[in-house]
Amino acid sequence: MVAVQSRLDRLVRPTFGRHLLFALAAAVVLLLLSSQIGAYDDYNLTAVAIFAVAAAGLNLLTGLNGQLSLGHGALMAIGAYTASLLLKDHHQFPVIVVLLAAVLSTGVIGIGFGYAAARLRGPYLAGATLTLAVAIPQVATRYKSIFGGESGLTVAPSSPPDWLGADFPPERWLAWIAFAAAIVTMVLLANLLRGAPGRAFKAVRDNEAAAALAGINVARTQVLAFVVSAACAGLAGALLAYWTGVTAPAGFTLALSLQLITAIVIGGLGSLAGAVWGSLVLVFVPLLTSGMASRLSLPSSVADNLPLAIYGCILVIAMLVAPHGIQGALRRILAYGRARWGNTPGGGQKGVVDWDDPAPDT
Amino acid sequence: MKSVMGGNALRIRAIAIVCLAGLLAACGTSGDSSSGTNTASAPGITATTITIGSTQPLTGRAAPGYSEISPSSNAYFNYVNDHGGINGRKITYYYYDDGYNPTNTASLTRKLILEDKVFAMFSALGTPTHLAVVDYINSQKVPDLFVSSGCNCWNDVSNHPYTFGWQPDYTIEGKILGQYIQKSLGGKKVGYFYQNDEFGTDGVKGLDAQLGASSVPDASRQNYVPTNTNIGPQIAALKASGAEVVVSFSIPAFTALALLGAAKLGYHPIWVVSNVGSDVTTLTGLLKNFSKGAVGGALLGGMVTDAYLPLTGDSANPWISLFKGIHDKYVSNLPWDGNVLYGMAQAYTFVQAMKAAGRNPTRASFVKALETTKLSGGPGLAPLGFSSSNHLGFLGVQIYTIAADGTQTTTGPVYTSSDSGPISQYSGSASTPPANGIP
Repeated sequence: MVAVQSRLDRLVRPTFGRHLLFALAAAVVLLLLSSQIGAYDDYNLTAVAIFAVAAAGLNLLTGLNGQLSLGHGALMAIGAYTASLLLKDHHQFPVIVVLLAAVLSTGVIGIGFGYAAARLRGPYLAGATLTLAVAIPQVATRYKSIFGGESGLTVAPSSPPDWLGADFPPERWLAWIAFAAAIVTMVLLANLLRGAPGRAFKAVRDNEAAAALAGINVARTQVLAFVVSAACAGLAGALLAYWTGVTAPAGFTLALSLQLITAIVIGGLGSLAGAVWGSLVLVFVPLLTSGMASRLSLPSSVADNLPLAIYGCILVIAMLVAPHGIQGALRRILAYGRARWGNTPGGGQKGVVDWDDPAPDT
Repeated sequence: MKSVMGGNALRIRAIAIVCLAGLLAACGTSGDSSSGTNTASAPGITATTITIGSTQPLTGRAAPGYSEISPSSNAYFNYVNDHGGINGRKITYYYYDDGYNPTNTASLTRKLILEDKVFAMFSALGTPTHLAVVDYINSQKVPDLFVSSGCNCWNDVSNHPYTFGWQPDYTIEGKILGQYIQKSLGGKKVGYFYQNDEFGTDGVKGLDAQLGASSVPDASRQNYVPTNTNIGPQIAALKASGAEVVVSFSIPAFTALALLGAAKLGYHPIWVVSNVGSDVTTLTGLLKNFSKGAVGGALLGGMVTDAYLPLTGDSANPWISLFKGIHDKYVSNLPWDGNVLYGMAQAYTFVQAMKAAGRNPTRASFVKALETTKLSGGPGLAPLGFSSSNHLGFLGVQIYTIAADGTQTTTGPVYTSSDSGPISQYSGSASTPPANGIP
C-alpha cells in the first residue's frame, strides 16, 4: 500500500504535477497578456503558438530521436486540408472536433510514413521526407474538385462564443484556442519525454546498437517518434488553416518545412522551450524586416530582397553567437551564474563553467 | 483594460454617428463636399494624409514583371502628392512582399489593417493570395479596391460588398479572343494552353462560350501548374493534336516557355495570348534569358493578344506620354513596360475614386461613391463597370497583334461584354487626360 502510494507520488508529483503547474502558470500569463495587447499582437502570438506546436513535434523527432524530416510542412498541409475539408461548404464543426480530426488523420499518415522512415538513415531519410514536401502540394493541384486547386479551400473563422460579448476580437479568441492547443501539446510532450519513451528516443538517437542491446525496439521507437511528431504537425496545420483563412498549396511549400527546421535549430535542438524561442524568431523577425521595402527609398531590386537578406543575416549571426540555439545560450548563462555564485545542483565544481555542455535535453 | 475597450467602442460608435450625420448632410446639400476643412473622417485618413496598403509578390515565382506594379503606383501617388495631393491630403502607400504565399498575405493584411490602420486596401495582387483575405477584409469593412487579378470572384457584391476588381475578368477576355478567332482565323483547328487555376479556367470558360465546347477536343486542351516548368509534354500534345491556333492563358514566364518549347519541336501555330501573359518587354527579356541569348523577341512575331489600356509604344497617345513622363521622373530604374503602365493606371483610378468620395469620406461613403459615381475610364479603352450591383472594372478589350520587331498594332474596335451577356462593339471615344495629369 505504501509502496503503491509512493510509486504514484513519484509518477505524479515531480513531473506531471510540475508540468501541470507550469502549464497553469503559462495559461494565466498568456490569458492576461492577450487581453492587454491589441488584436494584431494577438494574431502574431497565435502564429507563435501554432509554429511552437509544429516545432515542438519536429524537435522531438529531430532533436531527441535523431531523425531529420524535411516533410513537416507537408504534414501540416495534411492537417490543414483535413480541417478545411471538414469546414467546406459552411459546415459547422466545433473547433475541438476539427483539431482532433486533423491530429488523427495526420497521425495515421504518420504511422505509414514512420514505418518507411524507420528503415532509412541520414540523407536517405531526408530525401524520403523531401518527396513528401514536394508531392503533397501537387496532390491538391491534381485533384482540384476536392482540394480546390491552386486557390485552395477557404476556411470560415471560428467566431467567439456569445458569452464573451459582441465586441470580443476574433483574433483574441483564435489566440486562446492556439494557446490552449500549444499548452496541452507541451504538457503531453513533456510527460512523454520524461518517461520511458523519452529515454528510449534519446537512447536510439545516441546509439542504435546500444539501444537495441538494452532491450529497446529501435524501429518501434522511431515509428512512435514519427507518429507523435506528425500528430503535432497536423494540429499545427489545422490551427494554421483557421489562422490563414485559406488552405492553398502555395502556403505549404518546401520553405515551410525549412522554416520549422530553422526554428528548432535557432531555438535549441532537443528542447521544448527551444521550439517556443524558435517560433518567436520565426514570426517576429520577418515582421520587423518586411516593412522596409516601402519605407526606405532604395531601388526596388534592392528593397524587395532586403528583408530576406536581413533575415538571413540574423540567422547566421544567431548561429555564430549561440551555436546551441537560444535555449542553449540561456542554459549557459544560467550555468555561468550558478558556477559564479555557488549552488551547483549537478554536482559540478564551483567556479567552473562547462562551455562544451552538449546540446541540452528537454 | 475593460474601460479602455469600452472607450474604443464608444468612440467608434460616436464616429459612426458623426459620419452618418455627415452623410445625411452631404445628401441634403450635394456638391458641398469640395469645400470645407479636412477632418480625420475615417481610419487611415487624417487632415493631411491618406494611408493605403497592399500585398504584392516582390520576390518569388510571381515577381518577374509583377513586382514593378506597386512601385509604379507609388510613383503616380508621389506625382499627385507633389502637385498638392487629394484635397490637400498626401497619399502614403505601404506595400509588403507576400512572396505569392497566402499564409504571408493573411498576416501582412492584418498588419496593414490592424497596425498600420490603412484606410483601404489597394491593388493587392494574386488570386490564391487575395482569396485568403477577402472575407477578413470585408468583415472589417475595409474598402478593398482594384484587386490585381482578373478572377471574376471579386465581383460578388452580396458577400464581399467592399471588394472591387479592376482589370477585365478573364471570361470576358476569353470571349472576345474567341470572337477574333471565329472572325479572322475561322476554319483553323484551335488548341488551349492554360494555367490550372481560376485564371486559366475562367479564360477557357469564355473561349468555350464563344467557340463552343465541342469544337476543341480534350487532346487540344493542355494545362500547366506554375510550380512545374517542364511543359514539353503539353506542347508536344498540342502539336500532335494538329492545333493551328493555340490560345494561351499563361503568366509571362510560361508564355515564354511555351514559345520556346514549340520552336524546339518545329511547331509554329498562331499564338493567341491573354493580356497578362503578353507584355512584349517582359517576354523579350524572358526569351533571351531562357534561351541564353539564342532567340529574342523575334519569336513573338505574329502573336495575337488584347489590351484594355493604350499600348506602351503608342507615344502619340496623351495618356502614354503622361505616364511615361512620370515614369522617367519617379521610377526610371524600372523598364517602361505594361506592368508600369498597369500600376500607374490603377493609381489614377484610385485618385478618381478618392475625389468622387468628397472631402471627408468614411469607408462606407467611399464605397458608396464608387458605386454611384460614373467614373470615366481614364486611360482605359473600355468604360469602368462599377455600380451597386457590379464590382467589375473595365468591361472590355481591344485585339492587337505583335510583329517580329516588337511593333504592336491594334486591329478592330474595342469590344465589351459581361460573363453571360453578348459581345458588343464599344462606340465611346477615347478620353484625354486632364492638363495636370490628375483627375
